[in-house]
Amino acid sequence: MTPDISGPRARLLILGLATAVLAAVAVVATVRAADRAGERDRARPGEPVARAGVVTLRQQGRLLFRNLAWGPQRDHISSLPLTTMAGPRTAAPRNCLRFHAAAGTGICLRATGGVVPGHEAVLLDARLRPVRTFPVPGMPTRARVSPSGRLVAWTVFVSGDSYAGGAFSTRTAIYDTRTGTLRSDLESFTVVKDGQRHRAADHNFWGVTFAAGDNRFYATLATGGRTYLVEGDLARRTLRTLRENVECPSLSPDGTRVAFKKRVPGAFADAPWRLHILDLRTGRETALAERRSVDDQALWLNGHTLLYALPGDFGADLWSIPADGGGAPRMIVKSGTSPAVIA
Amino acid sequence: MYLSAGRAADTAAGVRSTPPRPPRGTGVRRAVAGNVIALGTVSLVTDVSAEMVTAVLPLYLVVGLGMSPLAFGALDGLYQGATALSRLAGGHIADRAQRRKLVAGTGYALSACCKLALLAATTPWAVGAVLAADRTGKGLRTAPRDALISLSCPQEEQGRAFGVHRAMDTAGALLGPLVAFAVLWAARDGYDAVFVVSFCAAALGVLLLALFVRDTSTRTPDRPVKRKRRGRRSLRTLARTPGLPRLCLIAALLGVVTVSDSFLYLLLQRRLDLPTAYFPLLPVGTAAGFLLLAVPLGRLADRIGRRPVFLAGHGVLLMAYVLLLGPWGGGTAAAVCVLVLLGAFYAATDGVLMAAAGPLLPPHLKASGLALVQTSQALARFAGSLLFGAAWMYLGPGGALTAATAGLAVVLASVAAFHRGSHA
Repeated sequence: MTPDISGPRARLLILGLATAVLAAVAVVATVRAADRAGERDRARPGEPVARAGVVTLRQQGRLLFRNLAWGPQRDHISSLPLTTMAGPRTAAPRNCLRFHAAAGTGICLRATGGVVPGHEAVLLDARLRPVRTFPVPGMPTRARVSPSGRLVAWTVFVSGDSYAGGAFSTRTAIYDTRTGTLRSDLESFTVVKDGQRHRAADHNFWGVTFAAGDNRFYATLATGGRTYLVEGDLARRTLRTLRENVECPSLSPDGTRVAFKKRVPGAFADAPWRLHILDLRTGRETALAERRSVDDQALWLNGHTLLYALPGDFGADLWSIPADGGGAPRMIVKSGTSPAVIA
Repeated sequence: MYLSAGRAADTAAGVRSTPPRPPRGTGVRRAVAGNVIALGTVSLVTDVSAEMVTAVLPLYLVVGLGMSPLAFGALDGLYQGATALSRLAGGHIADRAQRRKLVAGTGYALSACCKLALLAATTPWAVGAVLAADRTGKGLRTAPRDALISLSCPQEEQGRAFGVHRAMDTAGALLGPLVAFAVLWAARDGYDAVFVVSFCAAALGVLLLALFVRDTSTRTPDRPVKRKRRGRRSLRTLARTPGLPRLCLIAALLGVVTVSDSFLYLLLQRRLDLPTAYFPLLPVGTAAGFLLLAVPLGRLADRIGRRPVFLAGHGVLLMAYVLLLGPWGGGTAAAVCVLVLLGAFYAATDGVLMAAAGPLLPPHLKASGLALVQTSQALARFAGSLLFGAAWMYLGPGGALTAATAGLAVVLASVAAFHRGSHA
């Protein structure tokens, strides 16, 4: 008897069988992915060792960062002495996607639990305890605390969600811990470009870095397909463009230089950035000796060395490079990202 | 009442002559054609698949591949145009071969394969190429699928049929992200599992189409026409189809003054001072409104006429703009109103436009005709977006919305006046 595939019963049978096969494939794929995720909670030989312990923002001479090594301490804020950064790391039970700290204030951008992913910014005290929580409308990308610990800033990507389509925009907020004022969106500030007020629907800001004095700051403005270094005045709520092709500025401890990533011609379109230093007084740019594309907001380890993350085996590693254009890149913290120096 | 394929073809073929009106059963709810339900199910399952991917793509690119999303955003413009072109191509090929189901199925299958291809794509360019192919598949299938819906039911039920289809489609779109996040919740960072599950859903959609959707034979008695000339000939026929150029014009004129969703959500969040954390929920609200209102408004369009409902839909949009311009501060209630109005706007226009265009078209040109209407609307909306962006730059957000409101009011008033005068 030859089966008649045009009959309604035969069609339902085919549908039932195919649905069962497809459902089985879907379940197997999910279970296997879940198993793989479980592996990340087990430490791996050869990886840096992280031990649970006490981490505070008052212990001087230490580097704090998000630990990425596999094991139970993965994603926890961890600490290493600045002198021996290859040793075992101390991890606090505080997990963050992005982190920064200075002078007893910490900012932690993290995912909230639940099926639908959400994110929040958590202001931390010197013992990494939450002080205040702010909901954020997207994926965390940058976090910074001012040198005095008074101001904090964070940037998230507002990807909207499925219904909004593939366009991305950023949202940058600045919070004043002394007055309790939250500027939830830099886009409400007045932008002055080439001496004139500039309005556009596509203003995007990210990567704040604070100057001493807790009023002046620098950030990236993207508009019309170009990026600019902007100097912000928090009290006057203004942003002034200084220079084109500057992303993710990072102000040096003495406030005279800005490390940033710059799009260079001839590089791959998806990895076009090279680290540069801009002298704010002379306007001179210096290319750094790192030849790879760096998609991170660099951090000044001290007055003459920069720290930045590059993709690594377990997410990212932290590398250092002299800020004068010489030397060579050196990996100083394996499996770590989002560094903060407690000097 | 189950509508046989033959019956549908008969009805559809009688576009120029008056079709035999089926008895209008007052109070008796008649079932929608089985083919429409089948196509709706295909769309539902496929939209679950598509929206799963769209929902996790930003996370995947940033967390999974460590890519900066702005780098990816730059690629977005690259494949935006792909859909418009492939939609026209899909409509044309489907009509020329009179194989709507085959062309639609090819589109669905192409998109399904793209879900697997995402597993291998690890650079922004590769992801961009896969998404372009995915959108080409979406473009290809849209017009033949709408032609199948239109051919599957009598003229006086087009609005309801498209309403049912769009509601099922939107239900899938709402479910997709939930399925995706459930997979990620079960398997942390399991983006590959999301893509595999999405592929399984897409494959099920293709299978449902193959098994349960019927194509209708509308082959006209073959005239010896040279293949080369056929394209131009069908375009000429479409241009001469009574009512079609005018419908395209109306859709385009109103499309230019329609502010794109992303701008509206941005304005909504700013002007009503909504907490930014609610931002991702705004499109969900619109989709929910669309889902609930698509069928009732489709039925209404069948009863009182599709063009009045289509115009009224834009009237509702005008109300949303005015509400946004009003002096409201911190208004969650105002936000809900705007979202419901937006949902109603889509419910009164998206399927209804197809329901208005369907009966005008000869059966053998149904797919290309519908593609033409959709594309003119889409291109006009794209142009409107550019204009609105420019207006935002020079007039600020409030000024731009005021301009768009004035534009929409003027266009709507003149179209309505013209419509009344023409008795069409």
